[in-house]
Amino acid sequence: MLDFLVRSNEQLNSRNHLLKVSPSTGEKLPPMYPGQFVQIRVEDSPSTFLRRPISIHFVDEKANEMWLLVQKIGEGTQKICAKKEGSLLNMIFPLGKSFSIPDDTETKTVLIGGGVGTAPMLFLGRVLKESGFSPDFLLGGRSENDLLQINEFEKYGTVYCTTEDGTKGEKGLVTHHSVLQKKKYDFIYTCGPQPMMMAVARYAHENNITCEVSLENLMACGFGACLCCTEKTKNGNVCTCTEGPVFNIKELTWID
Amino acid sequence: MDRLKVTIGNLELKNPVTTASGTFGYGREYADFMDLDRLGGIFVKGTTLEPREGNDYPRMAETASGMLNAVGLQNKGVDYFVTHIYPEIKHYDTAIIVNVSGSTIEDYAACAEKLIDLEKIPAIELNISCPNVKEGGMAFGTSAASAARVTQAVRKVYPKTLIVKLSPNVTDITEIARAAEAEGADAVSLVNTFLGMAIDAESRKPLLSTVTGGLSGPCIKPIALRMVWQVYHAVNIPVIGMGGISNWKDAVEFMLAGATAVQIGTYNFIDPTVSIQVIEGIKNYLNRHNLHTVSELIGKLEI
Repeated sequence: MLDFLVRSNEQLNSRNHLLKVSPSTGEKLPPMYPGQFVQIRVEDSPSTFLRRPISIHFVDEKANEMWLLVQKIGEGTQKICAKKEGSLLNMIFPLGKSFSIPDDTETKTVLIGGGVGTAPMLFLGRVLKESGFSPDFLLGGRSENDLLQINEFEKYGTVYCTTEDGTKGEKGLVTHHSVLQKKKYDFIYTCGPQPMMMAVARYAHENNITCEVSLENLMACGFGACLCCTEKTKNGNVCTCTEGPVFNIKELTWID
Repeated sequence: MDRLKVTIGNLELKNPVTTASGTFGYGREYADFMDLDRLGGIFVKGTTLEPREGNDYPRMAETASGMLNAVGLQNKGVDYFVTHIYPEIKHYDTAIIVNVSGSTIEDYAACAEKLIDLEKIPAIELNISCPNVKEGGMAFGTSAASAARVTQAVRKVYPKTLIVKLSPNVTDITEIARAAEAEGADAVSLVNTFLGMAIDAESRKPLLSTVTGGLSGPCIKPIALRMVWQVYHAVNIPVIGMGGISNWKDAVEFMLAGATAVQIGTYNFIDPTVSIQVIEGIKNYLNRHNLHTVSELIGKLEI
């Protein structure tokens, strides 16, 4: 648990903010891995009592900065997004298990994100590229305005887009993008709205592609004490915060 | 340090600050945040005779100054506790108390029996107040007669310190407390969660898979405090107070109302180090008020 200083807070569109934060004490960030998350304490108020889990968008080790992509969903995330440069955020971090990195760098990887679910994909994309992979990104949103940080993603691989209204990339859902027909992928990573992840998981299953999803189950503590964020898996109910948030779809009961 | 010591039955706690069952796992979950040995005690997760999967997701809803939960006693059963968890936590230099639950009186007694021989478990807390299971749980804690029966059955087989955890979902909590005392409970702890519910107005659906769940957090504190005060005046055994404690001042208030020790629950999720801060706060309070021991606070409400 540590206090972070907000170094910048950029509004990306009407709903999303990019916060760059550093430990307020100046201490060096510990090792963090793509897929892990932080639990942010919201200013005390009756309606924002619990911490808010936010996935790690990117880590800039040189600047000792962690990036968080926060969508204003309710009062808690609104308060986080309203934090001005120089203010403090208390966080429990890093939490959860990360995406796995295959041994063979020839593995063809695609990172599929929807809406603010694209957040962990930037950090994962960089780690994959640095590890010798050539990741592709497939990012979806309702319209062009929902596609976040495209310039950043382009630094680490080819970016394909879909929008439901056709304002950017192919019109439709990510699972219908033509690149999935043209290229043969070995490993899919996905994070986004549950229906999208389920569709991606079904696609991966049908095409015999390894697939990891990052779940967003509601949680209270974030470190395995409250047992609220459980996901039904083939090994019974497990905490999403400690056994996940990343799961291989083979562990889940989504498909069979 | 002795000035913080309190006694519950035969059980000595190094200080009155403990953590509530269901909010603190088995202690290990908090080992990164604090030195667990500083705690007065740890009430570990509700344990049943057989393993339980708990309720379906969603199990949690945030409410004004609190939360609802519907975990439903998910645990791997008492045998797993004895063989796998106990060996990992027995080295903690704090009182580890197992919260015991069940569907039948026989379950409670059988589960308690399996814990007798564990040297580092000096006490159990009978959970007759879980609102989130279909059978047993709270059903035992909502009538004096059934509370008496389950306390009696466990008392018969369990020789160490026996604490009975009371439900607030009753008309008169003192009646249940007296029943537990009459059947040989060494202490009562209160309160467990309040039965509540939350609805999503847009979708017209409940926010919990079980529709209703247990309410906890600062929102319940005034009611919990009142119940501790009432029970303190109704029984002669120690009372362990809990319900929405989020700082040292809350803890002192519970002690003034009559609690010998306190449990910190939901607030552990917001600040995992809160219990240590409460211990420090109580120490400062004793100094400021020129008190020699923390026991001098118990029931010292001035009316």
